[in-house]
Parts: sequence; C-alpha cells; structure tokens
Amino acid sequence: MEKGLSYFIQVVASGVAVGCLYALIALGFVLIIKATDILNFAHGEIIMISALLCYFLMAKFHFSFLTAALVTVVVAALLGVLTERFVLRPMLGEPVFAVVMITIGLSIFLRSMAGITFGHDNYVFPTPFPKEPVHIAGVTLSMTQIWVMICTAILVALFFVFFKYSRMGLAMRGTANDQETALLMGISTKRIYAMVWGIAFVTAAVAGIFLANTMIVNIGLTFVAISAFPAIILGGLESVPGAIIGGLAIGVMENLVGGYLDPIIGGGLKDVTPFIILFLILMIKPYGLFGKKEIERV
Amino acid sequence: MAVRSKTFRESYYEDIKLFQTIWIRVWMVIFLVLLGTLPLWGNPYLVYLINLSSITVVAALGLNLLIGYTGQISLAHAAFIAIGAYTTAILSSKVGLPFWICLLASGGMSAAVGCALGIPCLRLKGLYLAMATMSFSVVVENVLITWDKLTGGVRGIHVAKVSVFGFRLDTDDKIFYFLLIITALVILGIKNLVRTRVGRAFIAIRDRDIAAEVIGVNITAYKVMAFTISSFVAGIAGGMYAYTMGHIHPEHFTVLLSIQYLAMIIVGGLGTILGSIFGAVFIVLVPEFIKAFSRFLAVLIPGLKGQYNEEWNIAAFGLLIIVFLIFEAEGLNGIWRRIKTSFKNWPYTY
Repeated sequence: MEKGLSYFIQVVASGVAVGCLYALIALGFVLIIKATDILNFAHGEIIMISALLCYFLMAKFHFSFLTAALVTVVVAALLGVLTERFVLRPMLGEPVFAVVMITIGLSIFLRSMAGITFGHDNYVFPTPFPKEPVHIAGVTLSMTQIWVMICTAILVALFFVFFKYSRMGLAMRGTANDQETALLMGISTKRIYAMVWGIAFVTAAVAGIFLANTMIVNIGLTFVAISAFPAIILGGLESVPGAIIGGLAIGVMENLVGGYLDPIIGGGLKDVTPFIILFLILMIKPYGLFGKKEIERV
Repeated sequence: MAVRSKTFRESYYEDIKLFQTIWIRVWMVIFLVLLGTLPLWGNPYLVYLINLSSITVVAALGLNLLIGYTGQISLAHAAFIAIGAYTTAILSSKVGLPFWICLLASGGMSAAVGCALGIPCLRLKGLYLAMATMSFSVVVENVLITWDKLTGGVRGIHVAKVSVFGFRLDTDDKIFYFLLIITALVILGIKNLVRTRVGRAFIAIRDRDIAAEVIGVNITAYKVMAFTISSFVAGIAGGMYAYTMGHIHPEHFTVLLSIQYLAMIIVGGLGTILGSIFGAVFIVLVPEFIKAFSRFLAVLIPGLKGQYNEEWNIAAFGLLIIVFLIFEAEGLNGIWRRIKTSFKNWPYTY
C-alpha cells in the first residue's frame, strides 16, 4: 500500500511538471483569444522556432544559456509584433473563419521556413541544468522539471501583477472587454493588439526553451501546442486562471493514464488522452470551467 | 444582331440551369473532348498530374461543401480521406472485393465516421469546431500507426489494382478514364445538390444559423448531413487515391494534408463548384511551378542548384492562403468571374 501511494504521488508530481508546460502554452493562446478573439494556430510554430533558435545560438554561436534564452525571447516578441502588423491587422473585422484560416496558413508557412532554415535533424539540447534527479519528500524529479514549475509560477505571478496593477494591463483588460468603448476612452487598440501578440509569443518562447530541455529538439515540437488545446478548452477559452488549471489538470490526467492504464492495454493511450478529454469536455461542457457563455443575437 | 445582356432570364428554371448559355455548352464539349483524348496526345507525366488533379478535385469538392457552403470549419478532411483509402486498401487486397464495392464501402465508412463526428460537433462552431476536428485528425493518424495488424502501421499497406470487367487498370493511362468518370459523377452530383432545397439550407446555415433555424431549417439534420456527405465524398477520393498510388502510408494523411485542402478551397473560392476545381488543379500544379522556377533560378545563380525540396511547396501553400485571404477573398473563381463579366459587358465594363 505504501508503495502504491508513493507511485501515485510520483506520477502526479511529474504530471504537474508536464502540466506547467501545457499551462504556459495555454496561457499564450488565451492571452490572444481574450484580447482579439483569434485562436492562433501558429503558436506551436513559435514554440518550435524558439527551441531551435535557442539551440542554434548555444551550439553554433557558443552563447551562454541565459543570453541565448534572452535573445530568443526578444526575437519572439518582435516576431509577435510583426505578425500582428502584417498578417492579422489587414484581417480586422473579417469573419472568424477567415482569421482562423490565416493563422493556419501562417503556421504551415513558418513550419516549412523553419524546416528550410534549421533542417530536419534531431538535436539534443545542451541543458544547463544538472542531470542528477532531486529527491523531495520521497518524490524524484529532475532539475529541469523543478525549474519549469518555478518559472511558470513566476511568469503567472508577473502576469497577475501586470494585468491587475499596471496601466497597460488595465488598458488590455479594457480592450478585451469592449473594443469600441476602449477606443472611446483613448486607448490605442492597435498598440494593445501588437503588445498582446508580443507577450503571447514571449510565453511561447519560454515554453519552447523549456521543452527543448526536456525533449529532443526538432520540427515536430509544434505538435505540443496541439496537445495544449484540451487545456484551453477545459479552462474555457477566455480565462487566464482557467488556462493554468486546465494545463495542470491535463498534464496530471495524461500521466495518470500513462502510469496506470498504459501498462494494462500495452501503450499508446497516453498520447491520445488529452484529445479524448477534449471531446468529452466539448460534449458535456463546451465553454469549459471558466469560459463565458456566448449569447447570440440575430 | 442581338446583344447579350448582363442577366436577362425569363423564368426561375433558367436561373438555376446547370449550363446557362449555349456557349458554355460548346466550351464544355470542347473541354471534355480535349480531356478525353489526353492519353493519346499528352505525355505520361501530364496524364499523371491530371489523375492526381481529379482525385484532388473530388476531395476538395467535399471539403467545400462543408466549409464553403455550410460554413463548418473542418480540419479533419485528411482523416476522412485516410479512412476511405484504408478501407479500399484492406477490402481490395485482403478480401479481394471488386472496385465498385470497395469505393462505395470507402465512402460509406467515411460517411459513418463523419456522421459520428458530426453529432458531437453540432453544438460547436468556429474556433471550437476547428480544434475538435483537428484533434480528431490527430487521433485517426495515431490509430492508423498503432493498429498495425489491420493497417500495416508505419510500413503502409499495399492496394490491389483495379480491374473493370476483366481489364486490369495498371497504368496511369488506363486508370485515367476510371478517375475521370468518377470525378465527373461527383461534380455533377454536388452541383445538383447545391441547387436543391438541401443546398439552399446549407447556405442559410452558413450565412446565419440562428436565422435559418427561425425560418424552419432543421439545423441538426442539415449539419449532420453536410458532415456525412462531405466525408462520403472524401472517402471516395481516398479510394481513388489508394487505387492510383498502389501503396498507402499514414504519412500521406497528416493534418498538413487537411491544410493543403483548405488552401485549395480558399485559393479557388469558397462556396463555389468551379472554385474547388480551379483550386484543386492549381494546388496540384504549384509544386511544378516552383520546380520550374527553381530550375530557372539555378541557371541564373549556379549556387542554387539542387536547393529545391518539398518544403518550398508547403511554404507556398501557406503563403497562398495568407495572400488570397488578404487580397482576393473570392479566390481564383472571383478573378475568373470578373474577367468574364468584363468581356461580356465590353465596351461598357466598369
């Protein structure tokens, strides 16, 4: 019994570590949806490009981890602002359908461009964190996992403070709430949108850098963003706390299935679990835990 | 001499006629004769490209029915094509059934799965629907890889050749007519479908679903119907693909293929039959343009020789989606229509 319990805690703890990454990715999605009502299908590409860029800066140009990460984050922010300016702004006022399509177009464009620039090889990230696992209260975690948790917590706290207390954060909340009223109050919504895309891409870059530490770096990293869809659906599309809770919950559930059901049926279920959960949520509670119900008028 | 006016129709029937004027009929006949004799005068590579185009046209029509006419975003089209292709492959090579049962079974299998996907997706639209269908596509891809007893897993699966009344259609030239006839049937079928009550209901749902419900369109039934018909057509396209290729593989049917089909209907023109055909042929030809262009560049700049690879095609698809959505939302069909009206109304074009 004692052994069963410690196994359970172990599975949950590594689930939380994975969940933190999902939460970070989901946060990026939710920020954009909240402010602009756009689901950015190109998010996974930004994650992948950040991971590859960080790797190349360290491996080919011999940057230290911190400088490489910093450069990556700045590049991602710039990319976000440019994307908003040249791809999304011409689409203002177009139907949701067209805007979704354009981010899909952007995603495959970025993916193939990354393929051309960085190549299709698998790279092993020179992780700066020590390899030895750490034992805390009977649970074994790698240093990377612990840093993921710490960084996610710090980022979430920063966002909370930013949105709650800063002038810019207030302006963003106002724009997300009602674009026209925000315009009337003298808020430059164009600048807000550019900022939101920049910030969202920064979260993607941070997630990408941490993913690089835990997985093999290649073009396939984009796939992780699709795995974060269930997290945002579970949390509700427009809710920042929802994204974090959703991410953690999906991470833990995925690991529980991997830890308990996969040995019985012979594997393969862990990867599909998030999507099965997604379907279940969509059928039972389409607006998630914290999402706002849309009331439509003809 | 009678001057043709812009639109002058005396009855409702004239307005919904399949071929509006005598000239359209004449051009159609010329086009069909040219296409029908293609294997006699075209080179094998051209025949291969047209074969690929006709499969693509069928699948693109199915997707356009769902997205362009009914307004339901779907990123699962590749999954339905895959289900069709695998059904044909398994039935033809492991069971040995004749082609028409295989094709109908492919369509039926896809339609059943499409119907099953359509029902839980009824409450969803826009972003939610895109995410749900994309996840479905990922699940199907995983199943194809993991269930290797049935699908052959990552090694892929072999497909028996088609034989029609004892003739084995084992070359591109021979299978050409087979594909052409199915494509023509599907085009006619969908063209007829969209001008009936069902088609008008689809368009009403796309334009304003709640308003459509208020005037008595049964949204539930028509949405599920749109999903079912679209996946039926995708299944048939999958079967055609399996027969033409002879060997299929899970990697042919990733989400990327769904996005490629999206590119087709956006570039061609959403909610038009002609647009789906234009778009499908255009996207099939894009890699050829890029290859030709890169050869041309390699002549000018020797350093670029051999730099071409598949990535550039995909980049081009992405760029095409973005450019067409921003600058030409009506797609190639819109350009075509504008040219046509401008000739028709000459010299009073405006």
